[in-house]
Amino acid sequence: MADIPRGNRPLSPYMLGPYYRIQLTSLTSILTRITGNALIVTTALIAWWFAALVSGPEAYATANGVITSWFGDLVMTLSLLGLWYHTLAGIRHLIWDNLAMLEVPKAEMLGWACLGGSVVLTLLTIIIL
Amino acid sequence: MHFITDRKRATGLGASGSGTTRHWRLTVTSVALVALVVFFVFSFGFALGMPYEEAAAFYGRPFPAIVALLTFVVGMYHFRLGSQVMIEDYAGGATRHWLVIGAICLAYLLLAIGAFSVIALAVRPLIVPAAPLVLPA
Repeated sequence: MADIPRGNRPLSPYMLGPYYRIQLTSLTSILTRITGNALIVTTALIAWWFAALVSGPEAYATANGVITSWFGDLVMTLSLLGLWYHTLAGIRHLIWDNLAMLEVPKAEMLGWACLGGSVVLTLLTIIIL
Repeated sequence: MHFITDRKRATGLGASGSGTTRHWRLTVTSVALVALVVFFVFSFGFALGMPYEEAAAFYGRPFPAIVALLTFVVGMYHFRLGSQVMIEDYAGGATRHWLVIGAICLAYLLLAIGAFSVIALAVRPLIVPAAPLVLPA
């Protein structure tokens, strides 16, 4: 055990690029992680909106104004896309956890379903709201 | 505990010492969030952009308030677990510890801001009298 250099081991992204070819399954997996963690920004904006609504009309006007501005709309639309993607990808993980659809063609089909489904759900949400 | 051997006590706990607890909690919160996210998108999305009085009245109603409260609590607990999975993949040593501590603090901060605000909005119509209180002469 003594000759193992603990604490200086390569961590996972080291193989991306030179040693590893991106496939649909790995791309959609990385997107799950990016969307899930990026949603903390959306949560911060929404928490600000709720805190402003409690604080009073002036604070609400500021927060609501920023979030419904053109830039806020852009951030919220991308958040919606990320949220639907992460939700669908999460359902995909629940399916895989039951040892179902793990064969490569089926796994890739689920990957396309997540990518396409998130775009469709985002457009549907924008139309409904 | 004297009846359990050391081997029996360690089996199934793995290198982390906690077994598959984190995976299980991420699974439970993810199932809950599938339903919560749908309800939250279509309630919050409806309220976003409303004038002040309308938005405050909307979150004075039980259904949107309960959905928002649960989404903040379950969502931030899910982030608290999930962000740690990501950080542990890409950072090591002291950097890993500081990032995990920061992510956990951020998750609970946003949970507290969101949950407090939603509860305050939901409870205010119940405790603030609609008309000024007039004491009998």
